[in-house]
Amino acid sequence: MSGDIGLWAVPLAMVGGAIRVSTPFLFVSLGEVITERSGRINLGLEGTLVFGAMAGYALAYMTGSPWIGVLAAAGAGAAFGLLHGLLCSLPRVNDIAIGIALMLLGTGLAFFFGKAFIQPVAPDLPAINLGWWSDLPQVQAALRVNVLFIIGGLLAVALAWMLKRTRIGLTLRVVGDSSDAARALGIRPARVRILATGFGGALAGMGGAYLSLFYPGSWNEGISSGQGLIAVALVIFARWSPVNCFFAALLFGAAGALGPALQSVGVTSGYYLFYAAPFVLTLVVLIASSSKSGALTGAPRELSITK
Amino acid sequence: MAVGADIPAPATPLRAWLTGIAGRAEGLLLPVLALLAGFAVFAVFLLLLGKNPATFYALVYKAGFGTAFSWNNTLSRAAPLLFSALCVAVPARLGLVVIGGEGAIVLGGVMAGGLAMLLAGWPAILAMPLLALMAALVGAIWIGAVGALRQWRGVNETIASLLLAYIAIALMNHLVEGPLRDPASLNKPSTAPLAESLRVGDLPGWNVHWGLAVAVVCCILCWVLIERTTTGFGARIAGGNVRAAQVQGLPVTRLVVGFTALGGAFAGLAGYFEVSAVHGSANASLASGYGYTGILVAFLARHNPLAIIPVALLLAGFEASSGLVQRRMDLPDATMTVLQGFVFVSILASETLTGRISLTAWLNRKDTA
Repeated sequence: MSGDIGLWAVPLAMVGGAIRVSTPFLFVSLGEVITERSGRINLGLEGTLVFGAMAGYALAYMTGSPWIGVLAAAGAGAAFGLLHGLLCSLPRVNDIAIGIALMLLGTGLAFFFGKAFIQPVAPDLPAINLGWWSDLPQVQAALRVNVLFIIGGLLAVALAWMLKRTRIGLTLRVVGDSSDAARALGIRPARVRILATGFGGALAGMGGAYLSLFYPGSWNEGISSGQGLIAVALVIFARWSPVNCFFAALLFGAAGALGPALQSVGVTSGYYLFYAAPFVLTLVVLIASSSKSGALTGAPRELSITK
Repeated sequence: MAVGADIPAPATPLRAWLTGIAGRAEGLLLPVLALLAGFAVFAVFLLLLGKNPATFYALVYKAGFGTAFSWNNTLSRAAPLLFSALCVAVPARLGLVVIGGEGAIVLGGVMAGGLAMLLAGWPAILAMPLLALMAALVGAIWIGAVGALRQWRGVNETIASLLLAYIAIALMNHLVEGPLRDPASLNKPSTAPLAESLRVGDLPGWNVHWGLAVAVVCCILCWVLIERTTTGFGARIAGGNVRAAQVQGLPVTRLVVGFTALGGAFAGLAGYFEVSAVHGSANASLASGYGYTGILVAFLARHNPLAIIPVALLLAGFEASSGLVQRRMDLPDATMTVLQGFVFVSILASETLTGRISLTAWLNRKDTA
């Protein structure tokens, strides 16, 4: 069969793009769900994402194994998350402001140490061909799915189950809804929040490793342009539900794939406007899903942005 | 006299005077200590990398503050920092954390660059204020929208302002590479260069453009507005407790939209001066990060418009020395961002010590001992 499928290439490229582009959104937002469920917000995940991308790429290059890269990125992300959690546990320290500072520090350190890794080529993460049944190269390209995407999807379901059915999930929800109730149950809220922020950071770091080790698949200083921030906003849209995060990430992935998809069929004017599409979509979604009083259904009650 | 035992000894005039000074110094002590702690952490970072921190700070002093030439460089960079710090500090009085000043800077700059093409034949005395005003207006609308969204839809202002910054930068790239592009700008897509008559010159006797003077005046005016007017007083009450402000009948919505718009207007002016005094046309150089460094300036100054002036000078000096430090010490260009990150974390973490370090208590400790 010939590869000429005309304008059908656009929706097809968007489906493929949605799957490819959504993975970092998925990991960052799943991590942030856990953090926010404990009653903290970490706005610094954009910095963690960039640092994870650098650390993952550097380690994959040095060891030759992309999976060691993913682990390193998760470790580095966890370190940033724990730092955020520890600092915010000090009295009178504001979690939103610390997030802004760590965004700056994370990107700064990533660019600082990443300078040496812009040229070298690191091994990519493996992909699974789910498009083997089709002869069309476009379909095959669209359905080349990375292992991390599948892990992310399973993780969303697992985290939803964990929040609802396990003791850890219950602890997390109690801490997020009322520090006093948690203390009455003998739980230390600060400790739970530090761990939850560390976990969130680890997932954000893995999202970064996906960026540098699969798509786009190289390390440079423009690797993340706000995906970490969009993912944090996406959590509000997903109403703090891991499964909703999965679908929201796909939606934002499709929006992010709009520009490249149109470019692939020769539409090049207004490139920058298409590039801004995910940001506009995020803003629209935020406006639509917020409420005048500031109270959001499903929000953990200790969360500073909804108080 | 059992009754008098609980009353502290009457303060001598000297001690009262010292206590007064100490009370004022206390507000300064903690941020300064936090700043030094940030520098110290960065020094350790350099040591771990095998670089000499003493060389680093000496180079920063030399290239940022050592000579007349370096002062000119520092002062030119201070102007946009002052404006963008005001964009953070003014809304902060209402308890809002607005961090998207970068967006208002680039749009203010594009407005100035684009509009200047239409005003080519106008007399400068009319065209220049109009350009500045329109740049400020664009910035005011852009950041004012953040306040409006916060007030009418409860949208988190921190996230919304940063999203709008990304959108603004995309919009700027689209405009300078598309509709507003000067066909003669080949390597770096830009708007047409401003007519010579519309360019902002240097302060008499200095090598620094007028934007610096305007920015300093704006800082002083903001201080008066916040500290010495009823509007500013109302804003501070609303920042402390919205419910109480509403009960008092304060126009909270008008304050929120007004203060965010005012902050945005300053950021728009930063863009105007970058185009009309530094670059000469609007292009991608507008998004050079002044909006983000301005956040750090405002937080270091504890959102006090007067304190912004020395803090902006300090950070501008660091930015001015960046090139020399990179070349001499073989450090990457992100070095200053790392330093800023350490200082930022340090200043925020120091908030936890508020009230713990007390000079007045230390001065009066003999009375209680």
